[in-house]
Amino acid sequence: MPDSQLTAAHNPALLHHFAEPQQQRDAASLGTWVFLGTEIMFFGGLFCTYLVYRRGYFGDWGAASKTLDVTLGATNTAVLICSSLTVVLAVWAAQTGRRRLLIGNLLATLVLGTAFLGIKGIEYKEKFEKHHVPGASFQFNNVRIPGHPDQYANPSHAEIFFALYFVMTGLHALHMIVGIGIFIWLTVMAWKGRFTPEYNTPVEMGGLYWHFVDIIWIYLFPLLYLIDRHP
Amino acid sequence: MSMATASIPTVERENYLNKHYGVGSWLFTTDHKRIALLYLLSITFFFFIGGFFALLIRLELLTPAGDLVQADSYNKLFTMHGMVMVFFFLIPSIPAVLGNFLVPLMIGAKDLAFPKINLLSWYLYIIGGVMMLHCMLTGGVDTGWTFYVPFSTAFSNTKVVEAGLAIFVAGFSSILTGLNFVVTIHRLRAPGMSWSRLPLFIWAHYATSIIQLLGTPVIAITLVLVAAERALHLGIFDPKLGGDPLLFQHLFWFYSHPAVYIMILPSMGIISEIIACFSRKRIFGYSFVAFSSIAIAVFGFLVWAHHMFVAGISVYAALVFSLLSYLVAVPSAVKVFNWTATMYKGSIYYDAPMLYAFGFLGLFTVGGLTGLFLAALGIDVHVTDTYFVIAHFHYIMVGGAVMGYLGGMHFWWPKISGRLYPEGWAKLAALIVFIGFNLTFFPQFILGYIGMPRRYYQYPPEFQVLNVLSTAGATILGVGYLLPMVYFLWSMRYGKPAPDNPWNAAGLEWKTASPPPTFNFDEEPVVTWEAYNYDELNRFPVKEETPVAR
Amino acid sequence: MFDNFPLWPQRASTMAGNVDALYIFLLMVSGLMTLLISVCVVFFAAKFRHRPGVQAEPIEGSTPLELTWSIIPMGVFLVIFSWGAVVFFQERTPPRDATEVYVVAKQWMWKLEHAEGQREINELHVPVGRDVKMIMTSQDAIHSFYVPAFRIKQDVLPGRYTVAWFRATKPGTYHLFCAEYCGTQHSGMIGSVVVMEPAQYEVWMSGGSTGPLSASGEKVFAELGCATCHRPDGQGRGPNLQGLFGKTVQLEDGRTVTADENYIRESILDPGAKVLKGFKPVMPTFQGIVSEEQLNALVAYVKSLSSTRPGNAMAAGSTSPPAKASAQRSQVQ
Repeated sequence: MPDSQLTAAHNPALLHHFAEPQQQRDAASLGTWVFLGTEIMFFGGLFCTYLVYRRGYFGDWGAASKTLDVTLGATNTAVLICSSLTVVLAVWAAQTGRRRLLIGNLLATLVLGTAFLGIKGIEYKEKFEKHHVPGASFQFNNVRIPGHPDQYANPSHAEIFFALYFVMTGLHALHMIVGIGIFIWLTVMAWKGRFTPEYNTPVEMGGLYWHFVDIIWIYLFPLLYLIDRHP
Repeated sequence: MSMATASIPTVERENYLNKHYGVGSWLFTTDHKRIALLYLLSITFFFFIGGFFALLIRLELLTPAGDLVQADSYNKLFTMHGMVMVFFFLIPSIPAVLGNFLVPLMIGAKDLAFPKINLLSWYLYIIGGVMMLHCMLTGGVDTGWTFYVPFSTAFSNTKVVEAGLAIFVAGFSSILTGLNFVVTIHRLRAPGMSWSRLPLFIWAHYATSIIQLLGTPVIAITLVLVAAERALHLGIFDPKLGGDPLLFQHLFWFYSHPAVYIMILPSMGIISEIIACFSRKRIFGYSFVAFSSIAIAVFGFLVWAHHMFVAGISVYAALVFSLLSYLVAVPSAVKVFNWTATMYKGSIYYDAPMLYAFGFLGLFTVGGLTGLFLAALGIDVHVTDTYFVIAHFHYIMVGGAVMGYLGGMHFWWPKISGRLYPEGWAKLAALIVFIGFNLTFFPQFILGYIGMPRRYYQYPPEFQVLNVLSTAGATILGVGYLLPMVYFLWSMRYGKPAPDNPWNAAGLEWKTASPPPTFNFDEEPVVTWEAYNYDELNRFPVKEETPVAR
Repeated sequence: MFDNFPLWPQRASTMAGNVDALYIFLLMVSGLMTLLISVCVVFFAAKFRHRPGVQAEPIEGSTPLELTWSIIPMGVFLVIFSWGAVVFFQERTPPRDATEVYVVAKQWMWKLEHAEGQREINELHVPVGRDVKMIMTSQDAIHSFYVPAFRIKQDVLPGRYTVAWFRATKPGTYHLFCAEYCGTQHSGMIGSVVVMEPAQYEVWMSGGSTGPLSASGEKVFAELGCATCHRPDGQGRGPNLQGLFGKTVQLEDGRTVTADENYIRESILDPGAKVLKGFKPVMPTFQGIVSEEQLNALVAYVKSLSSTRPGNAMAAGSTSPPAKASAQRSQVQ
């Protein structure tokens, strides 16, 4: 392909169908934002489902929410917020051409992301042990509704809470795994020295994705863990 | 119309078709034109599968008794007819074939913004399609394409999860196509190609892409919930466990109503191109037609619950959704008036694409007007879930969308293949499709009003005469759909070579070779003219006597 | 009874005429529109067909014209909308003193029980000229109660009541279809509504009853020991049910609800969901203990305890989402 070879000669990263690097960057950026928009709609369906049942099964869901481990949840929130910081630093390092700082921050992000998944795994294990996983072995008997000590939560309604808990955090975790995959690839590319102050769009876009996944968690944490906590 | 022959070279130029040969050069291509052809092959395959199911359905309904197939088989037939036609034919049809081919050409780009993602979306479509085929071959699914819970989650004993996952995967193909279009239209327009100079085909695809991007993820997550509910009995949609079956319907129609606009908007874009070209005029009220597409995309998201007037929603919710449904009807009406007005004082040619456009106008008008019946609350109670609904949405989705798709295929076939199709056969096919379609679906309006419910495989005898008419029409329609496939294939070998601009049409896609070179334009185009500058083109008429296509 | 080739459905209820009138109006409007468009298309296509030497006139468009053909259709649409809404309100508002029939739909049959106690399967006998209100629920999938001759249709959902009503005007036998796809024998879930002259109906009524539905409800009420808590003197642990039905009541958590059929149903199946103010949530659930038929009987009994029984406590079709029903693990398949 003589065309693309010609353009490749003056800029290895510029794809044949773009006129100039700026256009390519703009396209990648818009593409990422639009993609994140579809992701919002994807989670949006779940948030709607959550709202409908939260309104309907207020007390039962309070009781179910209270069984979650808020310490682990808060730790995970902190882990993710720290990872967002390392992502921002990585993007800055890429833009200013600091290769070692870039690799360091990408690795730190990977460590924090893995830590998040590990803690999530501990939480899931606890749910299995307590029989809080929806399905045949689900148990939620004799749990009192917060604020109504004489009333027991309806196990079926609590089961819907846990169903949504697993679907929502599960999908979020899936996004984390995809994010870790992207960041491993970014680290390899950074190691090879592919990113320069002129060309660092992948780091920036990967960063956008990572922040988005963080933000989803920032909504999940209060909706799942904090709805019935009182000082 | 006259067909220019001036620019046909004797030696075949290098183009996207003859540049590389071999299976690999197709399966790993990132050229939007080649991917469009991959889609063309795959959706045609699924169209005939869906059509085959339709044929069996119509044959079963020839007699009141359930005699051709078992009840369960019939239920699977209409389910798979719906799923295949909606998710594997109609939704990808125009955007993934003609849109893929034409969007970069029309705006003067070398390719879509993300060529590899474009190829990925075809592969996702194929994976989804193979899953769907596997599901159909190993027992099928019988929930209706609507997957209504709790039937689909608790009572159906067919392959619901597999069908749902097939559609989930195909949905991502649709999302990625939409994403590619939006970014391409925003970022890759040629110098001088301002928003107000975009062809209406592009506006329509832009609006379509917005719906694909915002709607499809919702059906995806809904199908995940259905699959999870079915596999694990979570209770989310099971009333026995406190779940709400109406929540499913809300989530489902939040996508599936706008999905109708994914099917019809691109078709409207094609009709705008064809009517302007064969009336030799700029489209009447360009900006109104352009913005009506956007208005349809936006309002289309606010009317979903008009599918649920008798489902158990509150009277007041029904009122709101009925009113909003009438609002979304206005931009559609505006389009029809504008197309008609475009013909006024034009110089009209009756070539095959224009005949399809005439057909579209008639069928879409009937389809749209019967939508007014269904949006009227008092009448909807009687006719919803009857054959009236079936007739209405086939008038829109087959009469409208498929008529536009065929019109577009004829209009751009010379550009796509570099060959001319036989004009006489094409006109005949347009006529057969129009007659066959009306004979198939008009009786169903009457059937619906006299009370025949949908999804019935046996029915009281007084409905038989109309059903027989409908089945007769379906066979004619089938012939009408087979014909173009035959002569398009024929033309690829025996058709006359097409000139670059056989219709003397406006638009960048006609300014490059037929078929176009791999990077679309030999030199980057600079746009200095408005869209549909037919008054300028008319001043330089091509030679009248060239008898190329007829 | 049926002609071989009808083009119009029979008109056998007070609602049918209203729906048909609007339908005919819409037929005329859309007929006119179709005619207008096709005449224009054909006329323009013929008059302005290509002639050598005659060129198309460049016309940009016209904002006044665009506004005209946006605003006029909008006006027509609003008329149709309003008319449709009026008819819909009639369809959805059962008269106060309507006779009640409890309907339980299941794969694939209709079970109907008159308030007077007659039970029927796939057949509903009603007299001419009386308002009949159906209180419907499903045992499994979603069904839909559809009588074309009456122009009524209402989805029948599991786990809650939906309501439809009609007043038959013409004796005869009419189709009762299930209009929501519900599985294998969906198209076999056909019954009939038999409309009789009042005198004939009285004869039909006099046979085969096991006493009014509310009486069987009273029996179930006693068998399940409900009366130990729900005492008529108001001294029990549960609320006094006399005169409760149809009232707007205060709940323990401050909300108010109307004590309609769905509320009674929910309170039996999921007693903890909406506890009356001043009472403790001590009632056990009866999910899985009472059948749909017994449930209907209990609802009918509680209603009979209210002397002035407002028949339309619940507007037809409306429900209170999300449906509330609970289950114990053991009952879940």
